[in-house]
Amino acid sequence: MSNFSLEDAALMVERPEKSEPLGLFFWICVFWVGLNIFGAIFANVLPLQNPLFGNYNAVNVGPSLHHLFGTDDLGRDILSRVVYGSRVSITVGLGAILIGYGIGAPLGMLAAYRRGRFDAILTTIMYLLLAFPAIIATIAVLSFWTPRSLFKIIVVIGIASVPLVYRVIRTATLSVATKDYVIAAKVQGATDRRILLKELLPNIAPIALSFFLIGVATIIILEGALAFLGLSVNPPTPSWGNMINEARTVLSQNVWLAFFPSLALCLFLIALNFIGDRIRSHFDVTEVKL
Amino acid sequence: MLRYLTKRLMLLVGIVFVISVGSFYLIHLLPGNPATVILGFGATPEAKAILYKQLGLSKPIYLQYFVWLGNILHGNLGISFISQTTVSSVIRSALPIDGEIIIISQILAFAAAIPTAMRSARKPDGIVDRVLGATSFTLLSIPPYILIVVLVLFISIKLGVSATGPSAYVSFGTDWITNLESLSLPAFTLATGSFVVYYRVLRSDLIATLQEEFITMARSKGLSQRRIMWRHAFRPSSVALLGAASVNIGGLLAAGFIVQYLLQIPGLGYTLILAINSSDFLVVQGIVLTVSVLVVAVNFFFDFIINIVDPRISRE
Repeated sequence: MSNFSLEDAALMVERPEKSEPLGLFFWICVFWVGLNIFGAIFANVLPLQNPLFGNYNAVNVGPSLHHLFGTDDLGRDILSRVVYGSRVSITVGLGAILIGYGIGAPLGMLAAYRRGRFDAILTTIMYLLLAFPAIIATIAVLSFWTPRSLFKIIVVIGIASVPLVYRVIRTATLSVATKDYVIAAKVQGATDRRILLKELLPNIAPIALSFFLIGVATIIILEGALAFLGLSVNPPTPSWGNMINEARTVLSQNVWLAFFPSLALCLFLIALNFIGDRIRSHFDVTEVKL
Repeated sequence: MLRYLTKRLMLLVGIVFVISVGSFYLIHLLPGNPATVILGFGATPEAKAILYKQLGLSKPIYLQYFVWLGNILHGNLGISFISQTTVSSVIRSALPIDGEIIIISQILAFAAAIPTAMRSARKPDGIVDRVLGATSFTLLSIPPYILIVVLVLFISIKLGVSATGPSAYVSFGTDWITNLESLSLPAFTLATGSFVVYYRVLRSDLIATLQEEFITMARSKGLSQRRIMWRHAFRPSSVALLGAASVNIGGLLAAGFIVQYLLQIPGLGYTLILAINSSDFLVVQGIVLTVSVLVVAVNFFFDFIINIVDPRISRE
């Protein structure tokens, strides 16, 4: 490599030779996630009934034209409660993972880029935290840190996700930090800031995005579990988790009450997991082993 | 090997230390004076004196930790101010139920995951693999609390199978058949979650292992497919499976908590939630501490087993 030029460096950026097409189902999932987010944002503008209004003349009725998903045991419209309920799940899912990425991703990139003592100390700390069962820690902190609020839930789950994000981002960065194009940039005298933002960041973006989406799905499952344990938002504010929890006591009278929030939750999770999985295989990144 | 284990053991001690500090500090997250919050306003001076002794509340906070730790190391986790029994006896009576559910679920999960993963790995992207892949992917997106509600609806309510619904729990000593019946839905729910993880991990690892040269060698010697799968491919791949099982334990406990709560099975999870709802904070603290330490200990144990299965790991 005596005549090493910039063009060579540019050519060495590895592009997958033939990447798997994203496929129709991928776009259906993207549409579905978009629709859910749209519904969550514009719930109070959409022509929905008041999710807290109980119509005592129509208690536990099945799906009809008037109530598309039926009503619950207090006569509240299930459709509007499902749409409003998505607000809690999506807010917690996105908010917590943003905290996780905000702290974990820069630390992970820096640690993998700098190596040395900084990396060694930080990685040891993160592994210590990782060994602490995150879900039990979350339950513990939320049961003591009263009064509970959506903000506290987001903060606790967000912090609990930092070590996981750190590990994924650090591993991803490590695999590109030693590539020739990074070394080439270093040789040319690029600043650390430029290498981190222009060379490393674009190359770990697919795996970061993939894990981001799967992270949102995992956190939404966790939020539902917290709602079951009475540690999430308080009724009557609807969330998918507390709707299913309330529904189980009237399971034999009104199946729809459990069915629709469960369906909404599962479809949203499938869509998120599928998009995340497909992005990873599309950019052909080998699976990060647990 | 010995060096590796010493290193792991030091890490274990570090983790347990972090856990103990975390659990200790929980009490101080409570708003206001811990004694007032834990005991309520109408507490007797005797009860307050016991709590002050247990938590060392009159001392500065770093000394409180050592007082508390000293009590814990003597097996004294405090007294439940609701039931007036010791926290350790509450935990001792609840823990075996969690153990039973988890062990049954793991047997089911391994029994289902190993053959299906082998079948998938034999022809990756074949029809069977695709169907199993799609099924496992869908199951991955069904949280345990939805699965258990569906199971209760169909099996306990629609089909009316006895001893499977809420509050049907009978202890193993009283009637072991009814006991197994009452734990069947929780165990099945946990098994489904674990199955998905084990299937996916083992499948991808087996596919990688089957491309190694020693497999080609075994094939060219004319060994049967079955023998190659079990003797040559499964053993190296089982390391990944054990690793996944080790990571899975924390999630299993948490999923078990919710399932127990729904079916009113008096394991650790149900006890924990009742304690949270009745502000019985010392019980919550005791359970959090016990469970965290157990999870870490189980992880350590799995590490040890993995080392025996694949001694190369400790040499790295």
